[in-house]
Amino acid sequence: MDSMGSRNDSAGADDGAGRPGNGRGAAPGEPPDPAGGTGPAGRSAARHGTSRPPGRHHSEVTLRVNGTPRTLTVDHRSVLLDVLRERLDLVGAKKGCDHGQCGSCTVLVDGRRVNSCLLPAVALDGCDITTVEGLADGGAPHPLQQAFLDRDAFQCGYCTPGQLCSAVGAVAEAEAGHPSLVTDPGAPSGRPVPLGPDEIRERLSGNLCRCGAYPNIVRAVEDVIR
Amino acid sequence: MKPFAYARAATVEEAAGLYAAHPGARYLGGGTNLVDLMKLGVEEPAALVDVSRLPLDTVDELPDGSVRVGATVRNSDLAAHPTVRDRYPALSQALLAGASGQLRNAATTGGNLLQRTRCPYFQDTDKPCNKRVPGSGCAARDGAHRDHAVLGHSPQCIATHPSDLAVALAALDARVELYGAGGARTVPAAEFHRLPGDRPEQDTEIRPGELITGVVLPAAPAGLPSLYRKARDRASYAFALASVAAVLGVEGGVVRHVGIAFGALAHRPWRARRAERALLGAAPTTAAFERAADLELAAAEPLRDNAYKVRLARNLAVDALERLAHGSPRTGN
Repeated sequence: MDSMGSRNDSAGADDGAGRPGNGRGAAPGEPPDPAGGTGPAGRSAARHGTSRPPGRHHSEVTLRVNGTPRTLTVDHRSVLLDVLRERLDLVGAKKGCDHGQCGSCTVLVDGRRVNSCLLPAVALDGCDITTVEGLADGGAPHPLQQAFLDRDAFQCGYCTPGQLCSAVGAVAEAEAGHPSLVTDPGAPSGRPVPLGPDEIRERLSGNLCRCGAYPNIVRAVEDVIR
Repeated sequence: MKPFAYARAATVEEAAGLYAAHPGARYLGGGTNLVDLMKLGVEEPAALVDVSRLPLDTVDELPDGSVRVGATVRNSDLAAHPTVRDRYPALSQALLAGASGQLRNAATTGGNLLQRTRCPYFQDTDKPCNKRVPGSGCAARDGAHRDHAVLGHSPQCIATHPSDLAVALAALDARVELYGAGGARTVPAAEFHRLPGDRPEQDTEIRPGELITGVVLPAAPAGLPSLYRKARDRASYAFALASVAAVLGVEGGVVRHVGIAFGALAHRPWRARRAERALLGAAPTTAAFERAADLELAAAEPLRDNAYKVRLARNLAVDALERLAHGSPRTGN
């Protein structure tokens, strides 16, 4: 990302509306075309009229979302969760608390699970984003999705996309040798950590379920790591 | 949230320059606390200088046996680093006792130290708070304060510092590296955070525009038994009611090295110097640990609803030291 003095156009500009931008943005009065004019992003941006050229308070970013590059101009205030839901029509990630306390907005950024409600999208330029919509392999559900179905690991389902993305990330972390607070400190560094129920509960503690489906969530995760 | 400018810095020098050029700027690390505070209206930066991708993301062993942790190393990566797990287990445990897997993946080493108090009145812009608006008063003193300070508080502020990492760094004699207009300097981790006094708006000794570039873990406690114990309202994903980080070296039946720091008791990690002085050269017995903890906590001034913290902290410290002395350093949090 360039400095505020160039691409983000800090030099006394207002929000950038009506400015010619940096040569890549839309001309004044012309609707911006952040996603190449086709696809959900383009439709969504046009529908909401929220996109505009880069300026002091907006920047152009490219996010690779579920394998597809998406270039769009974002308000710096927009967190990833809102960009996914409001601009890219990917409503799988849920807005629960919107303060990083409930985990329902969990997605994977560069393969790591994070709370998308606390990440300014402008800071993610160039990142790979995987949402719950991107977990399935074609028509086949991800093994964790199938396990959640088989184990009835939800009731209302609102937290489920976050639970799934969090569990995918947690399993990968354990395979990479990342310890948790309940891992034996004497366990060898760098080796995969076996995940029993205690480990699963600790590692998924950032995902709250108001319906209390925890027992079957733990069983579903156990199913896929066996 | 108010609109703000944004720039990503490629170097430490560029970050400092961008900050200086933009009044009202804040550095953006993982954003897990700053963005939350912006949503709450507690923070209203005019610009964010993104330092999350600075090339400070490595853990390096230095020639003198110390270990340098870059400021942008994520909490999860630092907790999992083999050198940290092997030589400074209290540090790894403290990180893993904090927040959630998702937050640890985003949060940086530097940002963790600069997170703000979770005092509910600080986070509520409708309430008086001397930390948020100096001179406006303190709603916590006569309000809901069971989570608040029992040591070192002032009439102006009874907030605690929420970091687990900072507690371990204080016990381990780590140093915080800073870079700013005045150049580079280091501050002992145990003195980086300050007591509130009559300037509760100032959490740390950091100067305007200064950036944390790293943390240095000294050689002396490396490899000694150390651990982090944390008591909280639920088993995981909650801030501490009280916590303790401890490192203990015993030779010839007496204590030769000891570092103890309490968390969630004060406006900064509370380094238990009195307890340490009482233990150095003494036999590592339960009675000695109890005496040392009582000596330290005699300075406590509990509020109406948080006297329980004194007993809780005492028991945590005694338990931690016993585990270290007897070679069973499972945290059992």
